[in-house]
Amino acid sequence: MYVAVKGGEKAIANAHRLLADRRRGNRDLPAIGLDQIVEQLALGVDRVMAEGSLYDRELAALALRQARGDMIEAIFLLRAYRTTLSRFGYSRPIETGEMRIERRISATFKDLPGGQLLGPTFDYTHRLLDPSLAGDEAIPEGERISVDDASPPPRVSALLAEEGLVEEDGSVEGDHIADITREPQDYPMGRDGRLQSLARGDEGFLLALAYSTQRGFGRSHPFAGEIRIGEVEVELDVPELDFAVPLGRVRVTECQMINQFKGSAKAPPQFTRGYGLVFGQSERKAMAMALCDRSLRAGELGEETGAPAQDEEFVLSHCDNVQATGFVEHLKLPHYVDFQAELDLVRRMRAVHEAENETAEDQREAAE
Amino acid sequence: MTGEPFYNFAYLDEQTKRMIRRAILKAIAIPGYQVPFASREMPMPYGWGTGGVQVTAAIIGRDDVLKVIDQGADDTTNAVSIRAFFQKVTNVAVTTDTGAATIIQTRHRIPEHPLIDGQIIVYQVPIPEPLRFLEPRETETRTMHALEEYGLMHVKLYEDIARHGEIATTYAYPVKVEGRYVMDPSPTPKFDNPKMHMSPALQLFGAGRERRIYAIPPYSDVVSLDFDDHPFTVQRFDKPCALCGGDDVYLDEVIMDDRGTRMFVCSDTAHCDGRRSEGHVGKQAAVEEARR
Amino acid sequence: MSDQPLMTARGVTKIYGERIGCEAVDLDIYPGEIVAIVGESGSGKTTLLNCLSARLAPSAGSIYYRMRDGRLQDLYAMGEAERRFLMRTDWGFVHQNPADGLRMGVSAGANVGERLMAVGERHYGRIRDTALDWLERVEISTDRIDDRPNAFSGGMRQRLQIARNLVTGPRLVFMDEPTGGLDVSVQARLLDLLRGLVGELGLAAIVVTHDLAVARLLSQRIMVMKDGRVIEHGLTDRVLDDPREPYTQLLVSSILQV
Repeated sequence: MYVAVKGGEKAIANAHRLLADRRRGNRDLPAIGLDQIVEQLALGVDRVMAEGSLYDRELAALALRQARGDMIEAIFLLRAYRTTLSRFGYSRPIETGEMRIERRISATFKDLPGGQLLGPTFDYTHRLLDPSLAGDEAIPEGERISVDDASPPPRVSALLAEEGLVEEDGSVEGDHIADITREPQDYPMGRDGRLQSLARGDEGFLLALAYSTQRGFGRSHPFAGEIRIGEVEVELDVPELDFAVPLGRVRVTECQMINQFKGSAKAPPQFTRGYGLVFGQSERKAMAMALCDRSLRAGELGEETGAPAQDEEFVLSHCDNVQATGFVEHLKLPHYVDFQAELDLVRRMRAVHEAENETAEDQREAAE
Repeated sequence: MTGEPFYNFAYLDEQTKRMIRRAILKAIAIPGYQVPFASREMPMPYGWGTGGVQVTAAIIGRDDVLKVIDQGADDTTNAVSIRAFFQKVTNVAVTTDTGAATIIQTRHRIPEHPLIDGQIIVYQVPIPEPLRFLEPRETETRTMHALEEYGLMHVKLYEDIARHGEIATTYAYPVKVEGRYVMDPSPTPKFDNPKMHMSPALQLFGAGRERRIYAIPPYSDVVSLDFDDHPFTVQRFDKPCALCGGDDVYLDEVIMDDRGTRMFVCSDTAHCDGRRSEGHVGKQAAVEEARR
Repeated sequence: MSDQPLMTARGVTKIYGERIGCEAVDLDIYPGEIVAIVGESGSGKTTLLNCLSARLAPSAGSIYYRMRDGRLQDLYAMGEAERRFLMRTDWGFVHQNPADGLRMGVSAGANVGERLMAVGERHYGRIRDTALDWLERVEISTDRIDDRPNAFSGGMRQRLQIARNLVTGPRLVFMDEPTGGLDVSVQARLLDLLRGLVGELGLAAIVVTHDLAVARLLSQRIMVMKDGRVIEHGLTDRVLDDPREPYTQLLVSSILQV
């Protein structure tokens, strides 16, 4: 007997129970603690915070665990939570020039004020699987040279700017700064909205686009002017007080790309900039973001456009992985009403096609 | 973080609801025009009805009675999930009875039971731009709407006729609203297009991922695009519903076994149930009754 | 020919940064008249054509167009809606590369019919009949009506582009090297066709070409450009047979006489 599909509710509940079971896995093993995730899978946590646009290590770790390690699912969880939080103000712009630096490198100068500081990097490690990490061997403490926090090293872009060799930091027209989480997006987008979109954009997507510019699809002749990772103070202006209230520190990665520029009718030949800033430690993302930012400025700088990474609407409307995953995965939802309509059309068109063939056949036979 | 105590009535904060209601009012004032709005992340994925959910969340009140359907049915998993979400965050009454609902959120169908004055139907929209697959650029399509440049739309219909002898668009069939904006009715089958014309109900369309809201106010002129000599027609099924015997309804094809036996039944499950409880019996239902 | 110009341009100048695209160009074009703009590549002729056809705003100067109701309209003071309407009804633009002017992904019939649909034609049968008629006029076999232009040869594509432009009965057509990129024999056929159509329909046209033979065959008047400026203009026969400027003399002597 035919029974229409019922019991969706029960099926969903059962599926969720099974998910919870699988997520926990073998009960003989201890459950992984959020503190362990925060401490030992820190870069995964950083990525969830960056693309989830919410700086909270604990929540990001929770999301990562709830998502069974699925990055995009974790990012989605954090975003969906973030959107419900009430907004009580906008912080002052963070001052990365006063960063408490843990890593700082420049590819453009051999030595520079403040020096090169490698920090905790994978660079120059040999990518050999290390069996000793399978266990829990004692690891000696890292050493940190004392950096004078009172006079932090100047940014490379500032050094170049003294000679006028690099364009000025962009300024925002008027005092309104876009907020892509609160205003509808519209193209062309200002650089403020663009940088916000890139900052939460998918690392893999931006990486691929950045790579494409290096391979010739919209070359921008970049140099890694400076990459710095460390903590910066977040401060909030409170109307009743005449000083900014410090809210705490966040770890960020900043990348300033310096790009060759031949000059235009309006601007003299000088270096231009691409900018990348992300929560946590992620050089790959910050560098990719800086390359994409610069590519998207091609039109503004009067350069030839046409490469994928230079197409603002293409890049920005497809870089959000929460949107992308939702729409790709929505194909799992039932579409049988539409499919029925198409089925009917194809059947009808096939009938017409067959009838025509038969007529042609008959005519041929008659002719013979 | 278990949910309830954290969230406002209908999930969204009041400021966000006001922003969405402003967009809805603008949409009603300019029928068929896609109003950009600052879509929020919702606790379900983009593409799974976040636009419709935001519209419903912005307009729902404690006295509303909500019906949620997907593919015409109240019991498909996504309909169940969205209904459960609203029950959780609003605690409003829910129903499967089209006539009893004040708000109907839908994906891919318009109920068979005619909508009435005072009802609101909320459509979930994946791609709001009817010109999208002819012109991928948002900047360009917005200009085309502004300047009422819709020639390209007819080029597509022309190609269909030249190639297939008929307009081969079966769902998401474009309409013109109040003689001005060309609009995508969401991926409803074109069978449902005539129901939009002069409907006494308010029709709201929400596209979350694409951040657009649009509307058809009650009693608006909604015309499906066509040619004078190739007028718009809807699908006709050559048999009635096998369960309730209903004619002039949209049917789902159900595969009964691996020998190609098929049965056609109402896609609108509430409509089908209603008819059967009134004593209407279709062919298959009669066979099964006799067997018992 | 009417005694009132269809288009009047004064002091048209386009500057790209330090470089001059075209400078201080004056032009009047009368209904039914063909004007050729000739010069070497880089002489500014395409820049001028783009300015005149409302596709590139000039840095200075004015361009007026006489609308069908006789009113003179400043091209760049028009609203975008009006300008676009003008471009798809009263004007035509024939690109050197037909792919720039055609929709390569839709059939020949739809390419010809698009402008009709854009101005509100809603009768499939009539659109198709008009398309068939135009394919015949541009010597494309009517059984190709449902084929896409990417299955066409270069010459056919160019003829299709011409049909697509002329279907709404424009009064002014801009052509950018319409025979460029075609074989010599194909060029000759296309020129014959163009000359016939232009005469038959009483079109005015502005033709940019580096090929003086094309200018001689099509145009009544000619403008010779060098370094962004018009250095000589006059009746085509006069300029080509008796060039006054040394540069024009050089240009004329360097080509085969037709």
